[in-house]
Amino acid sequence: MNEPKRPESNLENGDRRSFLAASAAVAGSAVAPGVLLYGIAQAKPAEEAVTDKVRWGMLVDTTKCATGCTDCVTACNTENGLSGKTGPQDSQWIRKVDIKNLQTGAQHTLPMMCQHCEHPPCVDVCPTGASFKRADGIVLVDRHICIGCRYCMMACPYKARSFVHEPLTEQNPEVPRGKGCVESCTFCVQRVDRDQSPACVEACDKAGHKAMVFGDLNNPESDVAKAVKAYATTEVRGDLRLNTGVRYQGI
Amino acid sequence: MANNVCLGRECGKNTRFWMLLALGGLVMLGTLSAFFYLEHHGHIMTGMNNQIVWGLPHVFAVFLIVAASGVLNVASIGSVFGKKLYKARAPLSGLLALAMLAGGLAVLVLDLGRPDRLIVAMTHYNFKSIFAWNMIFYNGFFAIVGLYLITLMDHKLKPWSKPVGLLAFLWRLALTTATGSIFGFLVARAGYNSALYAPMFIIYSFAYGLAAFLVVQSVMYKWNNIAMDERILSRMKNLLAVFVAAGLYFTVVLHLTNMYFAKQWEFERFLLAGDNIYTTLFWLGQVFIGGIVPLLMLFSPNAAKNPAIVFLAALLVLVGGHAQMYVTIVGGQAFPLDLFPGYAQTSSFFDGEVHSYSPSIWELMLGLGGIATAFLITTVAVRVLKFLPQDDFKEIELETKEG
Repeated sequence: MNEPKRPESNLENGDRRSFLAASAAVAGSAVAPGVLLYGIAQAKPAEEAVTDKVRWGMLVDTTKCATGCTDCVTACNTENGLSGKTGPQDSQWIRKVDIKNLQTGAQHTLPMMCQHCEHPPCVDVCPTGASFKRADGIVLVDRHICIGCRYCMMACPYKARSFVHEPLTEQNPEVPRGKGCVESCTFCVQRVDRDQSPACVEACDKAGHKAMVFGDLNNPESDVAKAVKAYATTEVRGDLRLNTGVRYQGI
Repeated sequence: MANNVCLGRECGKNTRFWMLLALGGLVMLGTLSAFFYLEHHGHIMTGMNNQIVWGLPHVFAVFLIVAASGVLNVASIGSVFGKKLYKARAPLSGLLALAMLAGGLAVLVLDLGRPDRLIVAMTHYNFKSIFAWNMIFYNGFFAIVGLYLITLMDHKLKPWSKPVGLLAFLWRLALTTATGSIFGFLVARAGYNSALYAPMFIIYSFAYGLAAFLVVQSVMYKWNNIAMDERILSRMKNLLAVFVAAGLYFTVVLHLTNMYFAKQWEFERFLLAGDNIYTTLFWLGQVFIGGIVPLLMLFSPNAAKNPAIVFLAALLVLVGGHAQMYVTIVGGQAFPLDLFPGYAQTSSFFDGEVHSYSPSIWELMLGLGGIATAFLITTVAVRVLKFLPQDDFKEIELETKEG
């Protein structure tokens, strides 16, 4: 049987196809940037939980860290509302440590702070679970359930934690602190959750040293992941096998 | 004889009893003042800091907790191992265990940064934390030893005293294991990080607990004008000597092991041969006053006949025990963490230097509150209930012949 030709219907089909193609293109171009950007930035809305797909980490290049420079410390104090005093009872979330090899005399200076371990001893020992590790590797203290027993300070191999010894005033609303609780570097979690780098890293960059690289260790395209892959890096007290989030280069 | 001793209110000596209560109450008043003062101003008023995070209050608290578990040993020897001499002392032993644990825990709680959150500590448990396990063991200890005391004092429940006593004995071993492990599990610090802490604390607890028991027993006997039986005194002082010697043995093993490891040399040099308070407290306090002198006294020919010698030796063991706790707790923190082995280290956070600690009067008052708590509980309890050891001398004679 011969089918009669139906030029009209071909025309209709062609219009429908082009319409669908155009719609798909419009929809695609509307969604694609979001999908792509999400993939790149991993930015998340505030109500969304953090994910273990990300592991925040830092590489400190001690060869670039300048002796006498404390810009990272100052930036941390400003960002987190610390007094900057350095008495035995004052909080210090980040400090500059000067080290000298006893055999060779080689000298280095480096920032020391919470190393955001994968297996943090502070979290293990905390009786109430106030010390905890976020899914993205940031180690924090829940100020609501910290009872101030200080066992985490006994357990931390890096002396990274401070106890708030006196009442505090004029706090940064984003960084709640309180007398009688333990605290430490949070990787500036409030900034990280806004896709900014920690204040210390920003200050180091601003000073032109660029000794600190921060980013997602799980993302092979991130600067920090590329750097730890390319260079020999060291974990402080690597013998403890804590798999620290902060690594050092040049020591 | 002991059986005829009057302990109730009708037996007089009211003034002395109230004076004891007043004394304990006065110390407690000081403790509570210190607590509220620190609660208001913060720990800035103490000598504790971000380097020495546990100080004098913890010395008193951990001592009392360790001694509390040890003092129960007297009851365990009676109920679990069937020794009549000790069974007669089981109620007092159980009471002292509860009183001293209450005292120790009171200090720990009053020293917390947020004591108002005690309820949080009781409702949020991180089961990976040995500290959390300790809280369970402490609470359980109160329940089990309380039950044990009831089985001892209620004639109908007497048959239960053996199984409950056994449970209390096992529980106290677990408790002291956990207390020692608070330090044993601290992986990063040179002074701790040793499995030896668990058994060592158990041995220390035997010595401190028995010493505390002997001191209280001596005072109670003196109070009631009872002469201590020579056979009883002889056996108890020999047991104390064994515990003190065992404590010294564990101390030697811990330090010998450390001295074998090159990475621990600096710490051992600091502790055993340093120019600091910890070296003095270790040799003079822990080893000499708390170990060698009591041993010499307990083994002296007249010790069994002279309760004063045993009393004094037990007192010295308690003094030495506090020195040991100071060396262990504060000394262990004073030695700096070695973040970069093979490097000299300096920083604004006192890296690489021996940390200093000067306890304040407030901390001392908190710590003494622990002893006062134990003292008050004991004083009231022995006044209202029959806790004075009631010996059956015929059975003791039999046991002495057998043993």
